[in-house]
Formats: sequence, C-alpha cells, structure tokens
Amino acid sequence: MSALAGNYTYYITAFLLAIGLYGMIGKKNLLKKLIGMNIFQTAIFLFFIHGAVKPGTTVPVLDSRIGMDAAAYINPLPHVLILTAIVVSVATTGVALALLITIYRRYGSLEETTILERMKQSS
Amino acid sequence: MSHLPVLIPITLLLSAFLIPLAGYVKRDFAFAIASVGAFLAFAFSLRGLLMVLSQGEIRYHLGGWAPPIGIEYVLDALSAFMAAVVTLIGLVVLIYSRRSVLHEVPQRVVPLYALAMLLLAGLVGIIVTGDLFNLFVFLEISSLSAYALMAIGDDRAPVASFRYLILGSIAGSFYVLGVGFLYFSTGSLNMADVAQRLPALYQSRAVAAAAIFIFIALGLKMALFPLHLWLPDVYTYAPSAVTALIAPIMTKVSAYALIRMLLTVFQPHYLRDMLPVTSVIAWLGAAGILYGSIMAIAQSDFRRMLAYSSVSQIGYIGLGIGLANPLGLIGALLHILNHAFMKACLFLVAGSIRFRTGRWEVSSFAGLGRKMPWTMAAFTVAALSMVGIPPAAGFFSKWYLLLGGIDRGNWFFVATILLSSLLAAVYFFRVLEQVYAGRSEESAFKNVSDPPASMLFPTIILGAGVLVLGLLNSIIVSRILELVVAPLNEPRG
Amino acid sequence: MRERLENSVVEGLSRFLVPFIQIFALYVITHGHYGPGGGFQGGVILAASMMLLRLSLGEEYEHRRFSPTAASFVAAVGILIYAFAGLVPMMFGGRFLDYGYLPIPGLSPAELRYHGILIVESGVGLVVWGTLVTLFDHLLGREG
Repeated sequence: MSALAGNYTYYITAFLLAIGLYGMIGKKNLLKKLIGMNIFQTAIFLFFIHGAVKPGTTVPVLDSRIGMDAAAYINPLPHVLILTAIVVSVATTGVALALLITIYRRYGSLEETTILERMKQSS
Repeated sequence: MSHLPVLIPITLLLSAFLIPLAGYVKRDFAFAIASVGAFLAFAFSLRGLLMVLSQGEIRYHLGGWAPPIGIEYVLDALSAFMAAVVTLIGLVVLIYSRRSVLHEVPQRVVPLYALAMLLLAGLVGIIVTGDLFNLFVFLEISSLSAYALMAIGDDRAPVASFRYLILGSIAGSFYVLGVGFLYFSTGSLNMADVAQRLPALYQSRAVAAAAIFIFIALGLKMALFPLHLWLPDVYTYAPSAVTALIAPIMTKVSAYALIRMLLTVFQPHYLRDMLPVTSVIAWLGAAGILYGSIMAIAQSDFRRMLAYSSVSQIGYIGLGIGLANPLGLIGALLHILNHAFMKACLFLVAGSIRFRTGRWEVSSFAGLGRKMPWTMAAFTVAALSMVGIPPAAGFFSKWYLLLGGIDRGNWFFVATILLSSLLAAVYFFRVLEQVYAGRSEESAFKNVSDPPASMLFPTIILGAGVLVLGLLNSIIVSRILELVVAPLNEPRG
Repeated sequence: MRERLENSVVEGLSRFLVPFIQIFALYVITHGHYGPGGGFQGGVILAASMMLLRLSLGEEYEHRRFSPTAASFVAAVGILIYAFAGLVPMMFGGRFLDYGYLPIPGLSPAELRYHGILIVESGVGLVVWGTLVTLFDHLLGREG
C-alpha cells in the first residue's frame, strides 16, 4: 500500500496515457482522436510536474525568509520543459483543427468510415 | 569563435519569417528569398563540414551559458555531414519546385515556401543540437511544418496528413516521456553530459524505459516497419514538390537522431549488449525491407510505388543501425546520403511527368523514353542505383551493409539484402520497360517533352550526383564516415 | 458565433472586464522571469481578451477595431523583436541570444542579462497574442 501512496501520480499518468491512446486509435471520429491526443499529452505534463516535486520544499519563487539555498525550492526546470511542450501541443491542436475544417468542408463528415467511403466513391 | 552551428538554422528561420512579409507584396519574392536562404544554409553547412574535417568538432554555447546549464550546438563529423546533405537536397528541390508549385497549387505559393523553409530549419536544428529537449522542439517544428505542407494538395491530402499528425504526436510525446525519464535519472539534458552519467545507471529500469520510449518515438518518425503506416498515403497525395522535399530528408533526419542516441547518448555497449534494442531494430529493418519491396510491386500509382520503396530503403538504414558494427553503420550513413539523392531524383521525375502529362499511373507512361529523354535518363540512373547496380551509388551502400551482415555472421540479413535487390529490380524494370519499350497510342502525349530548364536541371544534377557519389564513395567513406563510426571500433569485451 | 450577441449584460460585462484582463496579462508577461508567468502565458491571456470581445461584440465590429491583418502584423513584430535580441549580441562579440553583450549603456552584463530576457518575453508575448487571434479568426472565419 505504501508503494501506492508514494507513486499514485505515476499510476494516474499511466491511466491517462492509456485513455489517450485508446482515444487516438480506438475511436472512429476524427475530433475524438484529437481529444485523445490532448489527453495523452496532458498525462505527460503531469508526469513532469510530479518529477519536479521534492518533499518539504516550496514554490520556486525567491522568498526572502528562505534565502537563496536551491535545495529549499522545487526544481523549476521541468516546469519550463512543460511550458514548451504545452506550446507545441497548442500549435499541433491548431494545425489539427485547421485540417479537420478542410476535411469537413470537402467530405461533410468527421467520421472516419464515412470519409473513407466518400474517398473511394470520388476516386 | 565560429558562429556556424547556429547560423545554419537561423538563416533558414529568418527566411521562413521574411517570406510571408515579402510574399504578400509580390509572389515571386517568396521563391527568391527561399532560394537565397537555402543557398546560404548550404554554403554554411559545406563550410562547416570542411572546418570540422580539418579542425575537429565545433561546439557553440547558446547565450554564452556553458553546458550542462546551457544549450549547446555541436558540429562534429556526423552532424556536419548530415547538415550538408539536407541543405543540398533542400536547395536542389527548391529550385525545381518553382514551376511545379505554380502548376499544381498556384494559390498557395507563399505559405508553401514559408512552411518549406520552416521545415528545413527544423530539420537542420535537429541535426546540430546537442541538447535532448532542444531536439524535441526542432522535431516538432519540422513535424508541424510537414503536417501543414502535406495537407496542401488534392482532396485526400488532409485526411492522410491528419493520420500523420496523430501518429507523429504520439511519437513526439513518447520522445518527451523518454527524455523525462533520462532527466530524472541523470539530472541533465545535455547529450554529452548524459552520456557521461549514464554508465553508472545502466542497471536502472528507468533508463531502460527511456531507451525504449525514445526508440519507439524515433522509429515512428523514421517510418521503420511496422510503424510506417502513415507514409504511403502522405507521400501519394501531397503535391510533387512537397513530397520531393520531404521524402528524401525527413525520415533520414530521424534516423540521424537514432544514430546520435546510439553513438553519443546511450553508448553502443548498452544498446547492443545489455538491452537488445539494436537487434530489434535490425530485425524490424529487415522486415521493412521485404515488406516495402513486396508492396511496391503491387502498386500501379507511380508515387505510391515510390512511397513503399521508401519504406524498404528505410529498412536498409534501420538494418545498418541495428547491426551496430562499423561496417553496418557506414552502410547506413552512406545509404542515407545515396537514398536522399536517389529518392529526390525519382520524385522530381514523378513531378516532371505530372507537369507534362498530368498522369500518375505507371501504365500511362508508355513511350515516355522517347518524348522526355533527359528526364528518363536521370530516372534510369536513379532506378539502377536503387536496384544496386554498380557504379551507381546504391550498390556501394548495399555492399557495406552486406559486409556488416557477414561480419555479424547473420546470413538471414545478407539473404534479405540480396533478395530485396531482386524485388526492386522487378518493380523498377517494369517501369523502365513501359517507358522505353511501351507503345504510346494516346494522343495526350502529342505535346509532351522534357520539362522546362528550371525543373530539368535539378533532375539531371541529382541523377548525375548519384553516379558521382558512386564513383567517389571510397573518398566519402574514408574521409568522413570512418571518423563518425570510430566510437564503435572499441574491442568487444 | 460571429454575430453580435444581443444581450446587454454580456456586452457590458465584457467591455468592463477586458481592460483588467489585459493589464493582468501585461503583469504576467513582465513578471515571467522571476515568478510564475512569462511570454507565452501573458500572450494567451491577451488573446483570450480579444476572443472575448470578438465573441460578445460580434466579428464585424471587432474586425474594424483590431483586424486579422493587424494580428498577423503584431505576430511578425514579435518575432522580429526576438530575432533582433538574438542577432544583435552576435554583432557585438557575444553568442546568439547572449544578452550580456546587448549595447545598452549604463548597465553591467549581469543586469543586461536580467533585462534582456524581458525583451525576449515581450517579443514572445506579442507573437503568441497575434498567432492565437489569427488562429481564432481563421478557424471561425468566412467559409472558403
């Protein structure tokens, strides 16, 4: 049980990764695939945030009462990595939405099976 | 202090940002800025290659912060070699692309060139960076540009591009996960620093998981079998100039990243002897070779045939990386160079045929040998090289791969390479037969001739380049590639 | 979503809230280098304020006040600021993005590094603002 208490964030991360992967691969609607991708990426952000935490330390904003000892603050580097990854995720979602709009205008549907049928018909 | 490692991506990035501004003034400025930017980037990479060969590696600390705190860019033999290849192919295809793009997608000229420059900037960034997370940033820059570029085109292009987007994002996220494991285990993101700290941690499961995640991610980006599913559709439906730009270089840069992980970050000892990662890559490469060749035979659309052929060639590179001995790796690197030239030439030929006849099916190519002699001559050279007939370049890279397989004592790999050459002969000679010996009854071919000079010239340059590379391959191997594979030469304990 | 919402409560509240949102966004941008915040976060908040106005006051009215072309222009200016902050040190003997070599008189290299990141953060804020507003306009814009 103690293994669960210390590591429950990792289990949640794995669970969200699985949900995201299922969404991306198992669902037939293109928009649901996109949402699955977002869940997948969010799971990875959670993993990074958890890795930055050290027990007994505080937010990495300089506090005059604690001083400049780096061991008293949590590691801010993973937070910066996540910010970059979030920007990438936003950009990818933007490109994906633009693609979905183009697909919808041409095929009139966002269901993969319908699109494949209409592709076969038009070729 | 040389600024070269940072100048190569910066030139491309700046031209990517200037193109929209200038292109809305006058459309032709877009092409001009793109060509100048690509030419400067190639000039810088060539100079970088010469400097590295004479003086040793160049390390550049971004922002003046020394590693492991700061991000550093490294030009060593491997990265200078790859940068020169990528920028050269980019330059040649860009010159070709002007007429082709105006013909196929005239309303999207300015965004296409901006995205192409961004793609090249991202690829060159992957090559020169020495920081694990910086590699992810450039990987995503190039991938996003590729998703957008591939979606320009006919109606089926956005669907193929969306599938590529989903799979590519999985790859990017797995890479970040692997880097996260590495960072939390070693405390550093700099490649050289991680390489120093990893040997003490080889028993750790987190490092093993990191290795597996990173290799799945890069394998997916590289289109290693069975993670290649996005490739055929994307190469088939994109505009010809876009496919000609992406197909020769994008997957190869991911292969470069794989090699960088193998050689520099996780030492070969770990990946070859402790975790069977390289064996898995070798077997998947072999499977990809056979699968790609067999599927290519079944295709009637020329571009789709070339796409499956690419899957097969990436299998060769995977096999070379997976053999993880000096000869195998030399074979893989030489094949990266040769395949870039061969595939670019083949896709330029496909684009020229489309430009003149508007057709894609191999069955409609009858008699083109007489109507488009120079283009078909370049195609013949490239096709012979893909099959592996000397003195064309393809023979030599397959030769080194064969030697690597024999060195390992694995006769299945040797047999695979020989068999796949026969299979490649089947599907290429079928096209050659149509082109030279077919009868052309269709009146659509009355006005067909070689494409205009700006398209024909790059095609011929690439075709001639394939021959030149074949003749010069011993120089390339001895001067450049031997330096790269030196870390693999330590005696196996 | 493109027409004006004929609801005076929504309109009035939006008009009232937006200045505060934007000032908060500027605060987030300028405090990014030693506290939570930074260019990307502040840029997103600025873009959100624009989106609120576009949703509540209608596209026609808002496009006259802040057009999509202006958004792209803002993004381009932001990138150029970032590029200059990176390239100018190279001309004065430093590496790319080495703020210690920026030619601002009267400041020591340590202080220059401290303030140099602010230049980059504001550049990034402008880029993100312009890009997100452009994305919003194109995704919701006129068909075809």
